[in-house]
Amino acid sequence: MTTRPTLTLGPLLFNWTADQWTDFYARIADEAVVDRVCLGEVVCSKRLPYYISRISDTIERLQRGGKEVLLSSLALVTLKRERQMSADLAANEEMEIEVNDLTMLAHKECGRRFTVGPLINVYNEGTLAYLAGQGAVRVCLPPELPFTSVELLAGAAKRVGVEAEVWAFGRAPLAISGRCYHARVHGLAKDNCQFVCGEDPDGLKVETLDGEDFLAINGVQTLSYTYCNLLGDICRLSAAGVTSFRLSPHSCDMVAVAQIFRIILDGGVEEEAAVRELAALLPDASFANGFFSTLNQ
Amino acid sequence: MMVGKSQLELVCPAGTPASLRVAVDAGADTVYCGFQDETNARNFPGLNFSPKELGEAVQYAHAKGARVLVAINTFPRAGAVQLWHEAIDTAARCDADAVILADIGLLAYAAEHYPDLRRHLSVQAAAANADAIQFYVQAFGVKRVVLPRILTVAEIAVINTQTSCETEVFVFGGLCVMAEGRCSLSSYATGKSPNMNGVCSPASHVDYHEEDGELVSRLGEFTIDRVSKHEPAPYPTLCKGCFSAGPYRGHVFEDPVSLDAAALLPQLAKAGVTALKIEGRQRSRSYIRDVVSSFRRAVDALASGDPAPAGELRRLSEGQTTTAGAYRKTWR
Repeated sequence: MTTRPTLTLGPLLFNWTADQWTDFYARIADEAVVDRVCLGEVVCSKRLPYYISRISDTIERLQRGGKEVLLSSLALVTLKRERQMSADLAANEEMEIEVNDLTMLAHKECGRRFTVGPLINVYNEGTLAYLAGQGAVRVCLPPELPFTSVELLAGAAKRVGVEAEVWAFGRAPLAISGRCYHARVHGLAKDNCQFVCGEDPDGLKVETLDGEDFLAINGVQTLSYTYCNLLGDICRLSAAGVTSFRLSPHSCDMVAVAQIFRIILDGGVEEEAAVRELAALLPDASFANGFFSTLNQ
Repeated sequence: MMVGKSQLELVCPAGTPASLRVAVDAGADTVYCGFQDETNARNFPGLNFSPKELGEAVQYAHAKGARVLVAINTFPRAGAVQLWHEAIDTAARCDADAVILADIGLLAYAAEHYPDLRRHLSVQAAAANADAIQFYVQAFGVKRVVLPRILTVAEIAVINTQTSCETEVFVFGGLCVMAEGRCSLSSYATGKSPNMNGVCSPASHVDYHEEDGELVSRLGEFTIDRVSKHEPAPYPTLCKGCFSAGPYRGHVFEDPVSLDAAALLPQLAKAGVTALKIEGRQRSRSYIRDVVSSFRRAVDALASGDPAPAGELRRLSEGQTTTAGAYRKTWR
């Protein structure tokens, strides 16, 4: 049986204002051809108070727009309030959770369905099987996996009834730390950061001393400078058994990005044409599918 | 020597059988090591143990009252999990005192097949709070967790009051600034990662060359640092490199410093820590002898209430500069 591949809009990783946040999801709800949307703060617990009051209305609006809504958990949990955030998320039995730190498994009642986010280390069949046994229904595989691993894990996922998803668009998450790099490069401490990460809606570019574009920092998170773009790999990924594709929100026209992916998933256009269309949409971005090409040697 | 309950356990690195003997003789309570393959996070050429060498090393250590832990702490590659299972089988057969694991599939395998083999949670699992640690304790019977190098002493104290497992903390050597096991920076620059290949910023991808009177160090396709050609060039570990971000030019992630928490031993003991870990399986025997002896003296001094011998380790640290890292909150 062939099922229609789905599109997931991942959680917004950057620090946008509450109004930008609300407007972004309103447009997604009304116009974007995505099947599900992950909402919530993954990167920095200090950002959440700015938009937490808007979440329930946004969930409702997205659901009315026909989207499945998941709540995303924080990626790195160390403080008391962050542990409480995780516990509160688990206590909300009405919503499916995207688990981004295994702290969530300490709270989750056995058997309740959940999605495994791309920041969880699922590198092999044993880990996948364990998580499936705990209630995982979908796994977004880590972006650093080579294609051979994705292929094997998509097959293993199918055997245990789990949907395999890959990170298909957006700067790739590379690392998370207790230290805030945005604060550091602005000469500030994390506790008094003045939310300087809000100045960079897609992260702050890190260049080498020779002027090579290298990375992007987003508070405590480090991302690739390049935008991951697997449009050119859709066919072989689908053939390998990947059934869902993740788009990570950026300040570009995400409705249009989703549309390009949807058309190619429906077989409406050639891969090369879709790649050209996406490049036209983001004229300043550099694209890469490097984890697939460099590691799959 | 038996370790009293109130005394901190000293856990020391051994990259080779000879280093292991040196560490044991210099006063290590416990030594950790790995096999000669990608199952461990220090998969460097010329390092690590064959199964036969591990068996002999365990015998040597046990005869002297020391323990041996085997690090099998990378994340098994899909389709090749057998290699990692065999590593656990071998550690159990060699009578190792514990295995240090990060991958939950491997933890499940070890708990099922070797329930009596002690399981320690590797720093690579990045279990950074009491709830996450309790998950590993309940699901896989983990007895000890090696804490990520991003926690403050106060946070470590809370973990010790709220979990039922021992904690081990890094006190000396290399310093990761990212949550370990959750960093693919090296992978992005070189295609080789700590999680998958057991290497970070590998020497095989390093290039040094002179340009305009400067010594340029590169990792993969990227310049990591530039120094005057009269200065010693730092090894281009990605997160210790010099970059620019906006108006800032410098060490965006971390200065080229290494960890020295020797001065914090009393606080760490008070925070309920069980064991102190020294990083550096790739280090020489003479380095191991000096560091282990120094920490032996420091731990013994602490146990007997004498003043700690401070600062003597500084000359051993990379770049001659050290930090107490995240243990002090201002680091963040």
